[in-house]
Amino acid sequence: MARGWGWRPAGRSKWAVRGLDLRIEPGERVLLLGASGAGKSTLLQGIAGVLGDENDGEAEGTLTASRSGLVLQDPDSQVILARVGDDVAFGCENLGVPRDEIWRRVGDALDAVGLDLPLDHSTSRLSGGQKQRLALAGVLAMRPDLLLLDEPTANLDPDGVREVRDAVTRVLEHSDRTLVVVEHRVDVWWPIVDRVIVLEPGGGVLADGPPDRVLAGEGERLAASGIWVPGFEPAAPTRTHRTGAQLLRVDALAVGRAQPMATAIDLSIREGDCLGVTGPNGSGKSTLALTLGGLIRPLGGSLSPDPLRWKSRELVTRIGSVFQDPEHQFVAPTVLAELRVGAKAVGLPERETADRVAALLARLRLDALVEANPFTLSGGEKRRLSVATALVTRPPLLILDEPTFGQDARTWAELVAFLAELLDEGSAVVAVTHDSALVTALADTELRMSAVVPA
Amino acid sequence: MIVTINPVSKLAASVVIAIALLLSLDWVSATVALALEVLLLPFAGLGFRRLVRRLLPVLSAAVLTGLLIALYGKASGHSYLQVLFIDVTDGSLSLAIATTVRVLAVAVPAVVLFATVDPTDLADGLGQVLHLPSRFVLGALGALRLSGLFLEDWRSLELARRARGIADRGRLRRFAGQAFALLVLSIRRGSKLATAMEARGFGSAATRTWARPSRFGAREWVLIVIAALIAGAAAAVAMATGQWNFLASR
Repeated sequence: MARGWGWRPAGRSKWAVRGLDLRIEPGERVLLLGASGAGKSTLLQGIAGVLGDENDGEAEGTLTASRSGLVLQDPDSQVILARVGDDVAFGCENLGVPRDEIWRRVGDALDAVGLDLPLDHSTSRLSGGQKQRLALAGVLAMRPDLLLLDEPTANLDPDGVREVRDAVTRVLEHSDRTLVVVEHRVDVWWPIVDRVIVLEPGGGVLADGPPDRVLAGEGERLAASGIWVPGFEPAAPTRTHRTGAQLLRVDALAVGRAQPMATAIDLSIREGDCLGVTGPNGSGKSTLALTLGGLIRPLGGSLSPDPLRWKSRELVTRIGSVFQDPEHQFVAPTVLAELRVGAKAVGLPERETADRVAALLARLRLDALVEANPFTLSGGEKRRLSVATALVTRPPLLILDEPTFGQDARTWAELVAFLAELLDEGSAVVAVTHDSALVTALADTELRMSAVVPA
Repeated sequence: MIVTINPVSKLAASVVIAIALLLSLDWVSATVALALEVLLLPFAGLGFRRLVRRLLPVLSAAVLTGLLIALYGKASGHSYLQVLFIDVTDGSLSLAIATTVRVLAVAVPAVVLFATVDPTDLADGLGQVLHLPSRFVLGALGALRLSGLFLEDWRSLELARRARGIADRGRLRRFAGQAFALLVLSIRRGSKLATAMEARGFGSAATRTWARPSRFGAREWVLIVIAALIAGAAAAVAMATGQWNFLASR
């Protein structure tokens, strides 16, 4: 329950949430929506009591909640201990639950989320979906009245999304726990929630009610503000698909780090073509992207021409690689400097550089952020910036790893339209992705990789 | 058998031997300790191959240390070889041997005992047996798990710089930039982990319980007593032979 609640993180002049009045009854299943920056995560962390004290920020109004458990977005940073059983027990230990009772609860919680693994199974060997279910089990073992999920499926492949959703559904069937979930992709949780609350950026509640009524009344407006609403999906761009010269030929390629992850890949990548690479986590998609991008050595087969033999500054004018984690690629203190890095490396004239950078800034809606530090951008902005950095040197082949990750419906549509435009101008795009909408919208060919079964 | 002994006991045993051997810098005490330790190696609970793999780096580090001291150590007595700053003498040779043996005598038990320590068990032991603050112990344990992600990050950072067109020149500057980026990423990960731990009630006012009992019984004490016996024997033989040199006072 919140009354006039607000929170301002330390060092910021803007309130993340302000003037919020809200009452959630026991047993309700709530989907919390709002455009990026509306303060959804802040509210959830406030309810969970992990925002911190006056050193971390300033609070106003009141916010009271019953005992809650919070599951966050990133599977990797939620695993706390090395063994499955110990990890689930961690929360109970902190609550001071007696030892015998802890292990009873650990067993129950693992059953509830459907993780049928030995207690000493190593947590580093779990898939993303399993890690999120482990985090859920750790929270359930603490027996909270209120279950808080902060984009729990955002980092997962489609199988992982289903695993987590089904686990939550099963848990709720057997209890009268309250659920509050934040998620951009509305359709995942639509079937199991009975109330939708839409937060307004800058403070207050925009809409509140049963899912169907909110959707009927606000669907269009929600979609326009970037929320993925069923029935209001962004339209795919139309393309004038013309195939040109071959840019890269791939014969019997085997990719992997130490062990091969995928073998016998044959491809011909041509101007104007879009190749979608799909498949579950761990099937070697990202490794294939790095290999095609001339960054790591293939384990077998051949690429012609072989991009591995090119110098770094030759590579940027021929192949633009965008990594899964944009933060790995940032090398400059400001957005503007970041965009100039590639141009400087290849010795592009100043005028030309300025023109190209300005065009990209406008096109990818980054022009208000030129002086910002790339690390301080939102997830979606980081992604767009990393795509823009690869485009400055105009490589005819773009290799993108999860290009639409973290985009809301609006920026998704803009990015897809932009890629379609590049394709029409004769660039080739290789997109590694879990996003089936992206594949449908752009890919001319789909390469489906299969999971490698560990020996 | 030794595998299941409480890590706190292994830690204590290593410390007992290390302290005794750091009190004197003679070669007799180090040799006696090392000889006794080698006799006990078959009971370390490691197979021969694992043992060799663990000890090889220690051995090479010790020999390298010895070599450096032989070449550059304090000169005294007969000189065998003299080139520039290199001066191999009776004095530097005996100091080299004593140091090599000492490094081995201190490092071998530590390495062998810790080869079978699980970090989670050590944290349990530090918290329950030594009653160190659980915040400190478990915070360190969580950080340790993140360190595995460092290598992965570093590799990605390196590839990303090639992809950005800046991997041809300025190796040193690039290294500094990469190190800074790694620092930023690590802090980011650390604060996420901290939020996740807090969300599970870590650092709350409640008195913490421990899901895994950490026992400290007869076997644990036996290991420490064995270590004390090795240390005592080493010191006794050194004193008896007149080589004991307390804190290098001679």
